[in-house]
Amino acid sequence: MTTPFAGSAAPPSTSLPTTVAPAVADPGADTGSSRRRDARPRRGLPRLRAGSFRRWVSPVAIIALWQLASSTGLLDERDLASPAQIAVSAADLVADGTLLSAIGVSVQRVALGFAIGAIAGLVLAVLAGLSRLGEDAIDPPMQMLRTLPHFGLIPLFIIWLGIDEAPKVALIALGVAFPLYLNTFAGIRGIDRRVVEAARSMHLTRLQRIRHVILPGALPQTLVGLRQSLGIAWLSLIVAETIASDAGLGYMINRARDFLQTDVIVVGLATYSLLGLLTDAVVRHLERKALVWRT
Amino acid sequence: MAHLTDPHPANGADRAAGHVARVRGHHRSFGDVHVLRAIDLDIAPGEFVALLGRSGCGKSTLLRSLAALDPSPDEEVDVRGRSAVAFQEPRLLPWRSVHDNVALALLNTPERKQRARLARERLEEVGLGEKLDAWPLQLSGGQAQRVSLARALVPDPSLLLLDEPFSALDALTRIEMHQLVIELWRRRQMAVLLVTHDVDEALLLADRLHVMDGGRMARTWEIELPRSERNPAHPDIAGVRAEILEVLGVRPTPPNPNRATDRATERATDSRGAA
Repeated sequence: MTTPFAGSAAPPSTSLPTTVAPAVADPGADTGSSRRRDARPRRGLPRLRAGSFRRWVSPVAIIALWQLASSTGLLDERDLASPAQIAVSAADLVADGTLLSAIGVSVQRVALGFAIGAIAGLVLAVLAGLSRLGEDAIDPPMQMLRTLPHFGLIPLFIIWLGIDEAPKVALIALGVAFPLYLNTFAGIRGIDRRVVEAARSMHLTRLQRIRHVILPGALPQTLVGLRQSLGIAWLSLIVAETIASDAGLGYMINRARDFLQTDVIVVGLATYSLLGLLTDAVVRHLERKALVWRT
Repeated sequence: MAHLTDPHPANGADRAAGHVARVRGHHRSFGDVHVLRAIDLDIAPGEFVALLGRSGCGKSTLLRSLAALDPSPDEEVDVRGRSAVAFQEPRLLPWRSVHDNVALALLNTPERKQRARLARERLEEVGLGEKLDAWPLQLSGGQAQRVSLARALVPDPSLLLLDEPFSALDALTRIEMHQLVIELWRRRQMAVLLVTHDVDEALLLADRLHVMDGGRMARTWEIELPRSERNPAHPDIAGVRAEILEVLGVRPTPPNPNRATDRATERATDSRGAA
Protein backbone atom coordinates (compact mmCIF):
# COMPACT_ATOMS: atom_id res chain seq x y z
CA MET A 1 0.00 0.00 0.00
CA THR A 2 3.01 2.23 -0.17
CA THR A 3 3.41 2.35 -3.92
CA PRO A 4 1.92 5.10 -6.04
CA PHE A 5 -0.25 2.53 -7.82
CA ALA A 6 -1.75 0.85 -4.78
CA GLY A 7 -4.83 3.01 -4.75
CA SER A 8 -5.64 2.74 -8.43
CA ALA A 9 -8.62 0.72 -9.54
CA ALA A 10 -6.92 -0.96 -12.53
CA PRO A 11 -7.61 -4.70 -12.46
CA PRO A 12 -4.31 -6.52 -12.01
CA SER A 13 -5.13 -9.20 -14.57
CA THR A 14 -5.26 -6.76 -17.46
CA SER A 15 -2.24 -4.74 -16.48
CA LEU A 16 1.25 -5.28 -17.75
CA PRO A 17 3.89 -6.05 -15.14
CA THR A 18 5.42 -2.64 -15.50
CA THR A 19 2.25 -0.88 -14.43
CA VAL A 20 1.09 -3.24 -11.69
CA ALA A 21 1.79 -2.33 -8.11
CA PRO A 22 3.99 -5.15 -6.81
CA ALA A 23 2.01 -5.42 -3.58
CA VAL A 24 -1.20 -6.35 -5.41
CA ALA A 25 0.33 -8.12 -8.40
CA ASP A 26 -0.22 -11.71 -7.24
CA PRO A 27 -3.89 -12.16 -8.20
CA GLY A 28 -3.06 -11.57 -11.84
CA ALA A 29 0.09 -13.65 -11.82
CA ASP A 30 -1.47 -16.87 -13.11
CA THR A 31 -2.71 -15.16 -16.25
CA GLY A 32 0.79 -14.19 -17.30
CA SER A 33 3.42 -16.42 -18.86
CA SER A 34 5.78 -18.25 -16.53
CA ARG A 35 8.63 -16.10 -17.74
CA ARG A 36 6.76 -13.01 -16.79
CA ARG A 37 5.84 -14.47 -13.42
CA ASP A 38 9.50 -15.21 -12.71
CA ALA A 39 10.47 -11.71 -13.60
CA ARG A 40 7.98 -9.99 -11.36
CA PRO A 41 9.29 -10.56 -7.81
CA ARG A 42 12.81 -9.52 -8.79
CA ARG A 43 11.54 -6.31 -10.27
CA GLY A 44 8.84 -5.80 -7.68
CA LEU A 45 10.70 -5.81 -4.42
CA PRO A 46 13.21 -3.03 -5.15
CA ARG A 47 10.39 -0.99 -6.67
CA LEU A 48 8.38 -1.36 -3.49
CA ARG A 49 11.20 -0.09 -1.32
CA ALA A 50 12.09 2.69 -3.69
CA GLY A 51 8.43 3.68 -3.90
CA SER A 52 7.87 3.92 -0.15
CA PHE A 53 11.11 5.86 0.21
CA ARG A 54 10.31 8.14 -2.70
CA ARG A 55 7.04 9.22 -1.15
CA TRP A 56 8.93 10.77 1.76
CA VAL A 57 11.31 12.73 -0.42
CA SER A 58 9.12 15.69 -1.30
CA PRO A 59 7.62 16.31 2.19
CA VAL A 60 11.10 16.24 3.71
CA ALA A 61 12.37 18.51 0.96
CA ILE A 62 9.58 21.00 1.57
CA ILE A 63 10.35 21.13 5.30
CA ALA A 64 14.04 21.50 4.55
CA LEU A 65 13.35 24.40 2.17
CA TRP A 66 11.04 25.94 4.75
CA GLN A 67 13.77 25.68 7.40
CA LEU A 68 16.28 27.14 4.94
CA ALA A 69 13.98 30.06 4.14
CA SER A 70 13.48 30.77 7.85
CA SER A 71 17.19 30.49 8.70
CA THR A 72 18.21 32.85 5.92
CA GLY A 73 15.56 35.35 6.94
CA LEU A 74 13.65 34.96 3.68
CA LEU A 75 10.59 33.89 5.68
CA ASP A 76 9.68 36.31 8.48
CA GLU A 77 9.04 34.61 11.81
CA ARG A 78 5.94 36.82 12.24
CA ASP A 79 4.47 35.25 9.09
CA LEU A 80 5.45 31.65 9.78
CA ALA A 81 7.81 30.20 12.37
CA SER A 82 10.57 27.83 11.32
CA PRO A 83 10.06 24.07 11.65
CA ALA A 84 12.74 23.93 14.34
CA GLN A 85 11.07 26.72 16.29
CA ILE A 86 7.70 24.93 15.97
CA ALA A 87 9.22 21.70 17.26
CA VAL A 88 10.71 23.52 20.24
CA SER A 89 7.48 25.27 21.17
CA ALA A 90 5.54 22.04 20.69
CA ALA A 91 7.83 20.42 23.23
CA ASP A 92 7.39 23.40 25.57
CA LEU A 93 3.59 23.32 25.25
CA VAL A 94 3.58 19.63 26.07
CA ALA A 95 6.01 20.10 28.94
CA ASP A 96 4.07 22.85 30.71
CA GLY A 97 0.77 21.05 30.21
CA THR A 98 -0.83 23.77 28.08
CA LEU A 99 -1.30 21.56 25.04
CA LEU A 100 -2.70 18.59 26.91
CA SER A 101 -5.24 20.60 28.87
CA ALA A 102 -6.29 22.38 25.65
CA ILE A 103 -6.70 18.99 23.96
CA GLY A 104 -8.71 17.79 26.94
CA VAL A 105 -11.15 20.68 26.68
CA SER A 106 -11.52 20.37 22.91
CA VAL A 107 -11.90 16.59 22.93
CA GLN A 108 -14.57 16.91 25.57
CA ARG A 109 -16.52 19.33 23.35
CA VAL A 110 -16.25 16.99 20.38
CA ALA A 111 -17.17 13.94 22.43
CA LEU A 112 -20.26 15.56 23.89
CA GLY A 113 -21.40 17.09 20.60
CA PHE A 114 -20.69 13.87 18.75
CA ALA A 115 -22.61 11.76 21.26
CA ILE A 116 -25.67 14.00 21.11
CA GLY A 117 -25.59 14.30 17.31
CA ALA A 118 -24.93 10.59 16.77
CA ILE A 119 -27.77 9.49 19.02
CA ALA A 120 -30.16 11.97 17.41
CA GLY A 121 -29.13 11.00 13.87
CA LEU A 122 -29.30 7.26 14.53
CA VAL A 123 -32.62 7.35 16.37
CA LEU A 124 -34.23 9.49 13.67
CA ALA A 125 -32.81 7.26 10.92
CA VAL A 126 -34.13 4.10 12.58
CA LEU A 127 -37.57 5.64 13.13
CA ALA A 128 -37.73 6.89 9.54
CA GLY A 129 -36.24 3.70 8.12
CA LEU A 130 -38.54 1.27 9.87
CA SER A 131 -41.94 2.79 9.19
CA ARG A 132 -43.64 4.74 6.44
CA LEU A 133 -45.22 6.99 9.05
CA GLY A 134 -41.79 7.73 10.50
CA GLU A 135 -40.40 8.42 7.06
CA ASP A 136 -43.21 10.81 6.18
CA ALA A 137 -42.83 12.64 9.48
CA ILE A 138 -39.03 12.76 9.75
CA ASP A 139 -37.50 12.60 6.30
CA PRO A 140 -38.92 15.77 4.68
CA PRO A 141 -37.69 18.16 7.40
CA MET A 142 -34.35 16.35 7.55
CA GLN A 143 -33.90 16.64 3.79
CA MET A 144 -34.73 20.34 3.94
CA LEU A 145 -32.45 21.06 6.88
CA ARG A 146 -29.51 19.17 5.45
CA THR A 147 -29.25 21.64 2.58
CA LEU A 148 -28.77 24.41 5.16
CA PRO A 149 -25.03 25.01 5.81
CA HIS A 150 -24.95 24.42 9.55
CA PHE A 151 -22.22 27.00 10.12
CA GLY A 152 -24.79 29.55 8.97
CA LEU A 153 -26.72 28.87 12.16
CA ILE A 154 -23.95 30.23 14.39
CA PRO A 155 -25.58 33.67 14.87
CA LEU A 156 -28.84 32.02 15.91
CA PHE A 157 -27.03 29.64 18.25
CA ILE A 158 -25.27 32.57 19.90
CA ILE A 159 -28.58 34.36 20.40
CA TRP A 160 -30.25 31.24 21.74
CA LEU A 161 -27.43 29.65 23.69
CA GLY A 162 -24.94 32.40 24.48
CA ILE A 163 -21.20 32.01 23.85
CA ASP A 164 -20.27 29.32 26.36
CA GLU A 165 -20.07 25.61 25.74
CA ALA A 166 -23.67 25.13 24.61
CA PRO A 167 -23.46 26.71 21.13
CA LYS A 168 -20.20 24.88 20.39
CA VAL A 169 -21.63 21.50 21.38
CA ALA A 170 -24.84 22.26 19.46
CA LEU A 171 -22.90 23.13 16.32
CA ILE A 172 -20.92 19.89 16.50
CA ALA A 173 -24.03 17.84 17.24
CA LEU A 174 -25.86 19.34 14.30
CA GLY A 175 -22.97 18.65 11.95
CA VAL A 176 -22.71 15.05 13.16
CA ALA A 177 -26.42 14.21 13.03
CA PHE A 178 -26.99 14.64 9.29
CA PRO A 179 -24.40 12.32 7.74
CA LEU A 180 -25.34 9.61 10.22
CA TYR A 181 -29.03 10.11 9.59
CA LEU A 182 -28.74 10.09 5.80
CA ASN A 183 -26.43 7.08 5.61
CA THR A 184 -28.24 4.97 8.18
CA PHE A 185 -31.60 5.72 6.62
CA ALA A 186 -30.27 4.78 3.18
CA GLY A 187 -28.68 1.68 4.70
CA ILE A 188 -31.94 0.49 6.23
CA ARG A 189 -33.87 1.17 3.05
CA GLY A 190 -31.22 -0.48 0.92
CA ILE A 191 -31.41 -3.87 2.64
CA ASP A 192 -32.22 -6.80 0.38
CA ARG A 193 -35.97 -7.27 0.86
CA ARG A 194 -35.65 -10.94 -0.03
CA VAL A 195 -33.40 -11.53 2.97
CA VAL A 196 -35.90 -9.82 5.26
CA GLU A 197 -38.59 -12.01 3.73
CA ALA A 198 -36.49 -15.09 4.46
CA ALA A 199 -36.37 -13.95 8.09
CA ARG A 200 -40.15 -13.67 8.04
CA SER A 201 -40.41 -17.20 6.63
CA MET A 202 -38.37 -18.31 9.70
CA HIS A 203 -41.17 -16.87 11.86
CA LEU A 204 -38.90 -14.27 13.45
CA THR A 205 -40.78 -11.48 15.19
CA ARG A 206 -40.50 -7.92 13.91
CA LEU A 207 -38.15 -7.02 16.75
CA GLN A 208 -35.97 -10.02 15.98
CA ARG A 209 -35.87 -9.07 12.31
CA ILE A 210 -34.88 -5.52 13.20
CA ARG A 211 -32.18 -6.64 15.58
CA HIS A 212 -30.70 -9.51 13.59
CA VAL A 213 -31.32 -8.56 9.98
CA ILE A 214 -32.17 -4.90 9.41
CA LEU A 215 -29.78 -3.09 11.74
CA PRO A 216 -26.74 -5.28 10.98
CA GLY A 217 -27.60 -4.97 7.30
CA ALA A 218 -27.49 -1.18 7.56
CA LEU A 219 -24.19 -1.20 9.46
CA PRO A 220 -21.80 -0.83 6.50
CA GLN A 221 -23.59 2.30 5.34
CA THR A 222 -23.77 3.61 8.92
CA LEU A 223 -20.00 3.27 9.19
CA VAL A 224 -19.60 5.37 6.05
CA GLY A 225 -21.78 7.99 7.76
CA LEU A 226 -19.70 7.68 10.92
CA ARG A 227 -16.50 8.57 9.09
CA GLN A 228 -18.14 11.55 7.42
CA SER A 229 -19.66 12.80 10.65
CA LEU A 230 -16.38 12.56 12.58
CA GLY A 231 -14.70 14.69 9.94
CA ILE A 232 -17.48 17.25 10.26
CA ALA A 233 -17.28 17.08 14.06
CA TRP A 234 -13.64 18.24 14.06
CA LEU A 235 -14.35 20.88 11.46
CA SER A 236 -17.27 22.19 13.54
CA LEU A 237 -15.07 22.24 16.61
CA ILE A 238 -12.47 24.40 14.87
CA VAL A 239 -15.09 26.85 13.64
CA ALA A 240 -16.89 26.94 17.00
CA GLU A 241 -13.68 27.50 18.96
CA THR A 242 -12.55 30.28 16.65
CA ILE A 243 -15.65 32.33 17.47
CA ALA A 244 -15.22 32.67 21.18
CA SER A 245 -13.63 30.49 23.79
CA ASP A 246 -11.65 30.76 27.00
CA ALA A 247 -10.15 27.26 26.87
CA GLY A 248 -9.23 24.57 24.39
CA LEU A 249 -7.15 24.36 21.23
CA GLY A 250 -9.04 27.20 19.54
CA TYR A 251 -8.39 29.46 22.53
CA MET A 252 -4.71 28.53 22.43
CA ILE A 253 -4.57 29.43 18.75
CA ASN A 254 -6.49 32.68 19.17
CA ARG A 255 -4.30 33.85 22.00
CA ALA A 256 -1.20 33.00 19.96
CA ARG A 257 -2.61 35.12 17.15
CA ASP A 258 -2.82 38.10 19.48
CA PHE A 259 0.90 37.68 20.30
CA LEU A 260 1.90 36.77 16.72
CA GLN A 261 3.13 33.36 17.92
CA THR A 262 2.91 31.58 14.58
CA ASP A 263 4.73 28.58 16.03
CA VAL A 264 1.93 27.98 18.57
CA ILE A 265 -0.68 28.42 15.85
CA VAL A 266 0.98 25.74 13.73
CA VAL A 267 1.23 23.41 16.72
CA GLY A 268 -2.50 23.89 17.33
CA LEU A 269 -3.35 23.20 13.69
CA ALA A 270 -1.17 20.09 13.63
CA THR A 271 -2.91 18.87 16.78
CA TYR A 272 -6.31 19.31 15.14
CA SER A 273 -5.28 17.23 12.15
CA LEU A 274 -3.63 14.55 14.28
CA LEU A 275 -6.81 14.19 16.34
CA GLY A 276 -8.83 13.93 13.13
CA LEU A 277 -6.50 11.29 11.74
CA LEU A 278 -6.70 9.37 15.01
CA THR A 279 -10.51 9.15 15.07
CA ASP A 280 -10.53 8.27 11.37
CA ALA A 281 -8.10 5.42 12.06
CA VAL A 282 -10.36 4.19 14.85
CA VAL A 283 -13.37 4.08 12.51
CA ARG A 284 -11.35 2.35 9.78
CA HIS A 285 -10.35 -0.24 12.35
CA LEU A 286 -14.01 -0.67 13.28
CA GLU A 287 -14.89 -1.07 9.62
CA ARG A 288 -12.28 -3.77 9.13
CA LYS A 289 -13.60 -5.61 12.19
CA ALA A 290 -17.27 -5.27 11.26
CA LEU A 291 -16.90 -6.06 7.57
CA VAL A 292 -14.60 -9.11 7.66
CA TRP A 293 -17.34 -11.08 5.90
CA ARG A 294 -16.65 -9.14 2.70
CA THR A 295 -13.80 -11.49 1.89
CA MET B 1 -29.93 -44.19 -6.67
CA ALA B 2 -30.32 -47.67 -5.17
CA HIS B 3 -31.24 -46.21 -1.79
CA LEU B 4 -34.32 -44.53 -3.21
CA THR B 5 -36.45 -47.64 -3.01
CA ASP B 6 -39.40 -48.07 -0.69
CA PRO B 7 -42.24 -45.61 -0.97
CA HIS B 8 -42.65 -43.24 1.92
CA PRO B 9 -45.13 -44.44 4.57
CA ALA B 10 -47.17 -41.27 4.34
CA ASN B 11 -49.90 -42.29 2.02
CA GLY B 12 -52.12 -44.60 4.04
CA ALA B 13 -52.65 -44.03 7.73
CA ASP B 14 -51.10 -40.58 7.99
CA ARG B 15 -53.40 -39.03 5.48
CA ALA B 16 -56.39 -40.15 7.45
CA ALA B 17 -54.81 -38.73 10.59
CA GLY B 18 -55.04 -35.19 9.30
CA HIS B 19 -53.16 -32.68 7.25
CA VAL B 20 -50.29 -30.27 7.63
CA ALA B 21 -51.84 -27.93 5.10
CA ARG B 22 -55.39 -27.51 3.95
CA VAL B 23 -56.38 -24.91 1.37
CA ARG B 24 -60.08 -24.37 0.62
CA GLY B 25 -61.44 -21.97 -1.97
CA HIS B 26 -58.36 -19.79 -1.66
CA HIS B 27 -58.60 -16.67 -3.74
CA ARG B 28 -56.13 -13.89 -4.26
CA SER B 29 -56.12 -10.91 -6.54
CA PHE B 30 -53.97 -7.86 -7.02
CA GLY B 31 -56.27 -5.13 -8.25
CA ASP B 32 -58.22 -6.58 -11.17
CA VAL B 33 -55.78 -9.46 -11.69
CA HIS B 34 -56.95 -12.72 -10.17
CA VAL B 35 -53.79 -14.61 -9.29
CA LEU B 36 -55.42 -17.50 -7.42
CA ARG B 37 -58.99 -18.66 -8.06
CA ALA B 38 -60.74 -21.06 -5.71
CA ILE B 39 -57.69 -23.16 -4.94
CA ASP B 40 -58.15 -26.43 -3.03
CA LEU B 41 -55.13 -28.34 -1.80
CA ASP B 42 -54.46 -30.87 0.95
CA ILE B 43 -51.04 -31.92 2.08
CA ALA B 44 -50.80 -34.87 4.46
CA PRO B 45 -48.00 -35.27 7.00
CA GLY B 46 -44.88 -36.57 5.31
CA GLU B 47 -46.25 -36.19 1.81
CA PHE B 48 -44.10 -34.93 -1.08
CA VAL B 49 -46.18 -32.75 -3.39
CA ALA B 50 -45.01 -30.90 -6.48
CA LEU B 51 -46.67 -27.80 -7.91
CA LEU B 52 -45.97 -27.28 -11.59
CA GLY B 53 -46.86 -24.49 -13.92
CA ARG B 54 -45.68 -21.78 -16.22
CA SER B 55 -44.38 -18.48 -14.87
CA GLY B 56 -47.26 -16.39 -13.59
CA CYS B 57 -49.63 -19.32 -13.08
CA GLY B 58 -49.89 -18.52 -9.37
CA LYS B 59 -47.78 -21.36 -7.95
CA SER B 60 -45.38 -19.07 -6.09
CA THR B 61 -48.27 -16.98 -4.80
CA LEU B 62 -49.83 -20.11 -3.35
CA LEU B 63 -46.54 -20.98 -1.69
CA ARG B 64 -46.39 -17.50 -0.17
CA SER B 65 -49.86 -17.99 1.28
CA LEU B 66 -48.82 -21.31 2.81
CA ALA B 67 -45.65 -19.76 4.22
CA ALA B 68 -47.72 -16.95 5.78
CA LEU B 69 -45.56 -14.45 3.89
CA ASP B 70 -48.78 -12.93 2.57
CA PRO B 71 -51.87 -12.65 4.75
CA SER B 72 -54.75 -15.01 4.00
CA PRO B 73 -57.95 -15.87 5.87
CA ASP B 74 -57.68 -18.81 8.27
CA GLU B 75 -60.66 -20.56 6.74
CA GLU B 76 -58.97 -20.53 3.33
CA VAL B 77 -55.43 -21.49 4.32
CA ASP B 78 -54.77 -23.67 7.36
CA VAL B 79 -51.23 -24.80 8.08
CA ARG B 80 -50.67 -26.97 11.14
CA GLY B 81 -47.31 -26.96 12.82
CA ARG B 82 -44.42 -24.98 11.51
CA SER B 83 -43.62 -24.11 7.94
CA ALA B 84 -40.20 -23.31 6.53
CA VAL B 85 -39.12 -22.05 3.12
CA ALA B 86 -36.08 -22.58 0.92
CA PHE B 87 -36.13 -19.99 -1.84
CA GLN B 88 -34.69 -19.96 -5.34
CA GLU B 89 -31.79 -17.87 -4.02
CA PRO B 90 -30.14 -18.90 -0.74
CA ARG B 91 -30.99 -15.54 0.91
CA LEU B 92 -28.31 -15.92 3.59
CA LEU B 93 -27.17 -13.03 5.78
CA PRO B 94 -23.71 -12.27 4.37
CA TRP B 95 -22.44 -10.87 7.67
CA ARG B 96 -23.16 -14.04 9.62
CA SER B 97 -21.15 -17.23 9.47
CA VAL B 98 -22.72 -20.31 7.91
CA HIS B 99 -23.39 -21.71 11.36
CA ASP B 100 -24.96 -18.49 12.64
CA ASN B 101 -27.16 -18.25 9.57
CA VAL B 102 -28.64 -21.63 10.39
CA ALA B 103 -28.89 -20.86 14.10
CA LEU B 104 -30.87 -17.72 13.25
CA ALA B 105 -33.88 -19.91 12.45
CA LEU B 106 -33.75 -21.13 16.06
CA LEU B 107 -33.94 -17.73 17.75
CA ASN B 108 -37.04 -18.86 19.57
CA THR B 109 -35.21 -21.83 21.03
CA PRO B 110 -34.14 -20.42 24.35
CA GLU B 111 -31.02 -22.48 24.99
CA ARG B 112 -27.96 -21.23 23.21
CA LYS B 113 -26.08 -24.51 23.45
CA GLN B 114 -28.95 -26.40 21.94
CA ARG B 115 -29.19 -23.89 19.09
CA ALA B 116 -25.51 -24.40 18.33
CA ARG B 117 -25.82 -28.19 18.47
CA LEU B 118 -28.88 -28.34 16.22
CA ALA B 119 -27.37 -25.95 13.70
CA ARG B 120 -24.18 -28.03 13.55
CA GLU B 121 -26.14 -31.25 13.14
CA ARG B 122 -28.26 -29.93 10.26
CA LEU B 123 -25.17 -28.56 8.52
CA GLU B 124 -23.43 -31.92 8.90
CA GLU B 125 -26.53 -33.53 7.51
CA VAL B 126 -26.32 -31.47 4.30
CA GLY B 127 -22.60 -32.21 4.06
CA LEU B 128 -21.28 -28.85 5.24
CA GLY B 129 -19.86 -29.86 8.62
CA GLU B 130 -16.52 -28.41 7.49
CA LYS B 131 -17.95 -25.00 6.63
CA LEU B 132 -19.46 -23.96 9.96
CA ASP B 133 -17.28 -20.86 10.27
CA ALA B 134 -17.20 -19.91 6.58
CA TRP B 135 -18.81 -16.70 5.35
CA PRO B 136 -21.68 -17.08 2.87
CA LEU B 137 -19.72 -15.17 0.22
CA GLN B 138 -17.08 -17.91 0.31
CA LEU B 139 -19.56 -20.62 -0.71
CA SER B 140 -20.42 -21.96 -4.14
CA GLY B 141 -24.00 -21.68 -5.35
CA GLY B 142 -24.72 -25.29 -4.43
CA GLN B 143 -23.16 -24.98 -0.99
CA ALA B 144 -25.12 -21.80 -0.24
CA GLN B 145 -28.32 -23.58 -1.27
CA ARG B 146 -27.45 -26.43 1.10
CA VAL B 147 -27.06 -23.92 3.94
CA SER B 148 -30.46 -22.54 3.00
CA LEU B 149 -31.89 -26.07 3.20
CA ALA B 150 -30.24 -26.68 6.58
CA ARG B 151 -31.65 -23.38 7.82
CA ALA B 152 -35.13 -24.39 6.70
CA LEU B 153 -34.85 -27.80 8.36
CA VAL B 154 -33.30 -26.81 11.66
CA PRO B 155 -36.54 -25.82 13.45
CA ASP B 156 -37.93 -29.24 12.47
CA PRO B 157 -40.80 -27.97 10.28
CA SER B 158 -43.83 -30.11 9.55
CA LEU B 159 -44.10 -28.48 6.10
CA LEU B 160 -41.08 -27.64 3.99
CA LEU B 161 -41.86 -25.25 1.14
CA LEU B 162 -39.36 -25.30 -1.72
CA ASP B 163 -39.70 -22.38 -4.14
CA GLU B 164 -37.72 -23.52 -7.21
CA PRO B 165 -34.65 -24.05 -5.03
CA PHE B 166 -32.67 -25.90 -7.68
CA SER B 167 -33.40 -23.80 -10.75
CA ALA B 168 -30.36 -21.55 -10.40
CA LEU B 169 -27.93 -24.46 -9.96
CA ASP B 170 -25.87 -26.19 -12.63
CA ALA B 171 -27.14 -29.54 -13.91
CA LEU B 172 -24.79 -31.77 -11.92
CA THR B 173 -25.27 -29.88 -8.65
CA ARG B 174 -28.98 -30.12 -9.24
CA ILE B 175 -28.85 -33.92 -9.45
CA GLU B 176 -26.94 -33.99 -6.13
CA MET B 177 -29.50 -31.68 -4.55
CA HIS B 178 -32.36 -33.92 -5.70
CA GLN B 179 -30.75 -36.86 -3.94
CA LEU B 180 -30.08 -34.78 -0.84
CA VAL B 181 -33.66 -33.55 -0.62
CA ILE B 182 -35.01 -37.09 -0.91
CA GLU B 183 -32.61 -38.32 1.77
CA LEU B 184 -33.54 -35.49 4.12
CA TRP B 185 -37.23 -36.05 3.47
CA ARG B 186 -36.94 -39.75 4.29
CA ARG B 187 -34.97 -39.11 7.45
CA ARG B 188 -36.95 -36.16 8.81
CA GLN B 189 -40.44 -37.17 7.65
CA MET B 190 -41.71 -33.66 6.99
CA ALA B 191 -44.22 -32.87 4.27
CA VAL B 192 -42.71 -31.12 1.26
CA LEU B 193 -44.32 -28.80 -1.27
CA LEU B 194 -41.99 -28.28 -4.22
CA VAL B 195 -42.81 -25.43 -6.58
CA THR B 196 -40.99 -25.95 -9.86
CA HIS B 197 -41.23 -25.47 -13.59
CA ASP B 198 -39.11 -28.56 -14.22
CA VAL B 199 -41.40 -31.46 -15.17
CA ASP B 200 -38.69 -34.12 -14.85
CA GLU B 201 -37.68 -32.88 -11.43
CA ALA B 202 -41.28 -33.08 -10.22
CA LEU B 203 -41.69 -36.56 -11.68
CA LEU B 204 -38.53 -37.74 -9.97
CA LEU B 205 -39.25 -36.33 -6.51
CA ALA B 206 -42.97 -36.07 -5.80
CA ASP B 207 -45.72 -38.46 -4.72
CA ARG B 208 -48.31 -36.15 -6.17
CA LEU B 209 -48.16 -33.54 -8.90
CA HIS B 210 -50.44 -30.59 -9.38
CA VAL B 211 -50.34 -28.50 -12.51
CA MET B 212 -51.59 -24.94 -12.12
CA ASP B 213 -52.81 -22.76 -14.95
CA GLY B 214 -54.24 -19.26 -14.81
CA GLY B 215 -54.58 -19.32 -11.03
CA ARG B 216 -56.46 -22.63 -10.94
CA MET B 217 -55.52 -26.18 -10.20
CA ALA B 218 -55.62 -27.66 -13.70
CA ARG B 219 -54.87 -31.32 -13.05
CA THR B 220 -53.42 -33.75 -10.52
CA TRP B 221 -51.37 -36.92 -10.88
CA GLU B 222 -50.42 -39.47 -8.23
CA ILE B 223 -47.09 -41.20 -8.83
CA GLU B 224 -46.98 -44.54 -7.08
CA LEU B 225 -43.92 -45.88 -8.80
CA PRO B 226 -40.95 -46.23 -6.38
CA ARG B 227 -38.45 -43.42 -6.94
CA SER B 228 -35.71 -45.87 -7.91
CA GLU B 229 -37.74 -46.97 -10.93
CA ARG B 230 -38.62 -43.49 -12.08
CA ASN B 231 -36.58 -43.07 -15.20
CA PRO B 232 -37.81 -41.25 -18.25
CA ALA B 233 -38.10 -44.49 -20.24
CA HIS B 234 -40.59 -46.06 -17.86
CA PRO B 235 -43.95 -46.09 -19.66
CA ASP B 236 -45.83 -44.66 -16.66
CA ILE B 237 -43.41 -41.78 -16.27
CA ALA B 238 -43.25 -41.09 -19.98
CA GLY B 239 -47.04 -41.17 -20.11
CA VAL B 240 -47.52 -38.72 -17.23
CA ARG B 241 -44.77 -36.53 -18.63
CA ALA B 242 -46.55 -36.30 -21.97
CA GLU B 243 -49.85 -35.51 -20.25
CA ILE B 244 -48.30 -32.79 -18.11
CA LEU B 245 -46.60 -31.19 -21.09
CA GLU B 246 -49.88 -31.25 -22.93
CA VAL B 247 -51.67 -29.49 -20.06
CA LEU B 248 -48.84 -26.96 -19.99
CA GLY B 249 -49.23 -26.50 -23.74
CA VAL B 250 -45.78 -27.80 -24.67
CA ARG B 251 -45.24 -30.17 -27.60
CA PRO B 252 -43.62 -33.18 -25.91
CA THR B 253 -40.23 -34.38 -27.04
CA PRO B 254 -39.55 -38.09 -26.54
CA PRO B 255 -36.73 -38.38 -24.00
CA ASN B 256 -33.86 -40.70 -24.85
CA PRO B 257 -33.20 -42.82 -21.75
CA ASN B 258 -29.87 -44.11 -23.08
CA ARG B 259 -28.33 -40.70 -23.02
CA ALA B 260 -28.51 -39.24 -19.54
CA THR B 261 -26.43 -36.29 -20.69
CA ASP B 262 -29.28 -35.23 -22.94
CA ARG B 263 -31.44 -34.65 -19.95
CA ALA B 264 -28.71 -32.87 -18.06
CA THR B 265 -28.06 -30.59 -20.99
CA GLU B 266 -31.73 -29.93 -21.42
CA ARG B 267 -32.03 -28.88 -17.81
CA ALA B 268 -28.94 -26.76 -17.93
CA THR B 269 -30.34 -24.90 -20.92
CA ASP B 270 -33.63 -24.60 -19.13
CA SER B 271 -32.10 -23.06 -16.04
CA ARG B 272 -30.14 -20.59 -18.12
CA GLY B 273 -33.32 -19.53 -19.83
CA ALA B 274 -35.02 -19.07 -16.47
CA ALA B 275 -32.22 -17.00 -15.02
